[in-house]
Amino acid sequence: MSHDVYKCKVISKKEIAPNIIDVTVESKEIASAAMAGQFLHVKCGDDISMPLRRPISICDAEDDKLRFIFEVKGRGTKNLLLIDDEIDIMGPLGTPFTIDNDKYKNPAVIGGGIGTYPLFKLTKELDNPTVYLGFRSEAQVTLEDEFNSVCDMTVVATDDGSYGYNGYAIDLLKGKIENDVVDIIYACGPKPMLKAVKALAEANNIPCQISLEERMGCGIGACLTCSCETKTEGTWKYKRVCKNGPVFWSTEVVL
Amino acid sequence: MNMKVNIAGVELNNPIITASGTYGFGREYGEFYSLNELGAICVKGLTLLPREGNPPPRITETYGGILNSVGLQNPGVEAFIEYELPELKKYTCKVIANMSGNTIEDYCKMAERLSDSDVDMLEMNISCPNVKAGGVAFGTNADTILNITKEVKKYAKKPLIVKLSPNVTDITEMAKAAEQGGADALSLINTLLGMAIDIKTRRPILANVTGGLSGPAVKPVAVRMIYQVRQCTNLPIIGMGGVTTGDDAIEMMLAGSNAIAVGTANFMNPYACVDIKKGIVDYMEKYNIDDVNDISGKVIVK
Ligand SMILES: Cc1cc2nc3c(=O)[nH]c(=O)nc-3n(C[C@H](O)[C@H](O)[C@H](O)COP(=O)(O)OP(=O)(O)OC[C@H]3O[C@@H](n4cnc5c(N)ncnc54)[C@H](O)[C@@H]3O)c2cc1C
Ligand SMILES: Cc1cc2nc3c(=O)[nH]c(=O)nc-3n(C[C@H](O)[C@H](O)[C@H](O)COP(=O)(O)O)c2cc1C
Ligand code: FES
Repeated sequence: MSHDVYKCKVISKKEIAPNIIDVTVESKEIASAAMAGQFLHVKCGDDISMPLRRPISICDAEDDKLRFIFEVKGRGTKNLLLIDDEIDIMGPLGTPFTIDNDKYKNPAVIGGGIGTYPLFKLTKELDNPTVYLGFRSEAQVTLEDEFNSVCDMTVVATDDGSYGYNGYAIDLLKGKIENDVVDIIYACGPKPMLKAVKALAEANNIPCQISLEERMGCGIGACLTCSCETKTEGTWKYKRVCKNGPVFWSTEVVL
Repeated sequence: MNMKVNIAGVELNNPIITASGTYGFGREYGEFYSLNELGAICVKGLTLLPREGNPPPRITETYGGILNSVGLQNPGVEAFIEYELPELKKYTCKVIANMSGNTIEDYCKMAERLSDSDVDMLEMNISCPNVKAGGVAFGTNADTILNITKEVKKYAKKPLIVKLSPNVTDITEMAKAAEQGGADALSLINTLLGMAIDIKTRRPILANVTGGLSGPAVKPVAVRMIYQVRQCTNLPIIGMGGVTTGDDAIEMMLAGSNAIAVGTANFMNPYACVDIKKGIVDYMEKYNIDDVNDISGKVIVK
């Protein structure tokens, strides 16, 4: 089995933007098995008061170090913020991004908000990607330098124009597609962005992989609570985001 | 130390059963530990024909529990028998097929078909709160329970477990009706109908609006219902609803159940079933109990 539950020692934890926490833990097992696009099912509280783990993407994995970045939102992530010694993590889980550097010579990567973090390991592993990162405003801009250090071209956009390109990251991607060659797109971010990326990719016949979010129970494919709608008819009209995803080809799913 | 329990003539190696719908067909959790660890596996709720289930979101957490509205997504009885059952039969755990239907005929046909297969027991789910027709509609009226149990019994050549809904005023009426209808065992409880609202968007969190509540939050309700049902019938009882630790399992057995099923607890701890079994053994050692059956119904109420 490639995944299991581990108690992972916290190596570092810091707030890199308001309510955005960057965590590195020690886990040789998960880090060595982790593939870009996979996620972790993280225990944020005790079994009785908080029966569900929280899904959080793998941002990076190297040697025995596993990194993830989360936004403090509700009960679970608020509690996770308080854990300083050991975090109980199940992983790595789910279907990763398809990386084929021989086939796709001109990949484009586009992420929005917390959806930019799962793209970091991917960007490291792609040959020569162009990366577009969108944030609401300057205060949320994170990891720009790190993306820049692992690829030649990272462009940041902010919705309010307070930093980088003034507008949506997808407009930059649109421009790139019009003027240049893009032979695969990888996307992760809020649903409206994914919808727009899916439409853009399909209109231009560019293969596109998107990473989806859905509320989860087991995280391993057993409970069928994390379904997303696909174009398949019948029993598997709803596919499991935790097992068949979180990464899907854009043409598979209905958003 | 004896951990074996007998449910309606079927001997289980231990009293741990997986709760239907939380454990798929065992493949995923079977990667964590051998299914031989279990007394029985109760599979995802089956319907006669494949079902696609409800739109997402289908799950959310509430205080100490979860709400789900999966709506019986499953590949149908035939696919189960052909593709899943042979895998499960490789293990020593018994296999319980959980059946759901829209009509009495659906249940009868499924019972007939499954009786010809290698499953060990049938569990009739007349208590699913997440489907419009059938489901819980069958499970909340004593006359209907009596009638459907009688009919399905005609086709069931394997022991028939009737799974009761907690969404009723008097659980003992439902239990007695199932017994009269010929049920070989009872399982309780299914989920409690609940609802959660996102106060920012003012929309229900589940796309289905309502869902079934399970997990630690429902355990006292389950313990009470098992206790009440134990007073009115001698049928074997499979107790479930919030069992998370060995202590929970013991409590439920003291209330009157002969075996226990583990559902929601699997989500937090994939080894929950194994850990709960260990917890039962620890309790037995501590209190010098040689036979797990000696715990059932032994609550002292003066
Ligand atoms: C595959 C995947 C990868 C993710 N990666 C990241 C990441 O790298 N960084 C990050 O900050 N967030 C990520 N998320 C979102 C993260 O799971 C939620 O923000 C988190 O679960 C919220 O939990 P909470 O207890 O703080 O919020 P609450 O609202 O209190 O949570 C209540 C319940 O809803 C679930 N839930 C709420 N929002 C979401 C959501 N957007 N997606 C899935 N479940 C949700 C929770 O898990 C919990 O079960 C990811 C989600 C998925 C599905
Ligand atoms: C996600 C989920 C799916 C379920 N699906 C079924 C089902 O298909 N058939 C059924 O009889 N019960 C189903 N149940 C109910 C459980 O089998 C069990 O009765 C209930 O969850 C209480 O136990 P627990 O608190 O240990 O989870 C489901 C429960 C959950 C959480
Ligand atoms: S979370 Fe259980 S199947 Fe995906």
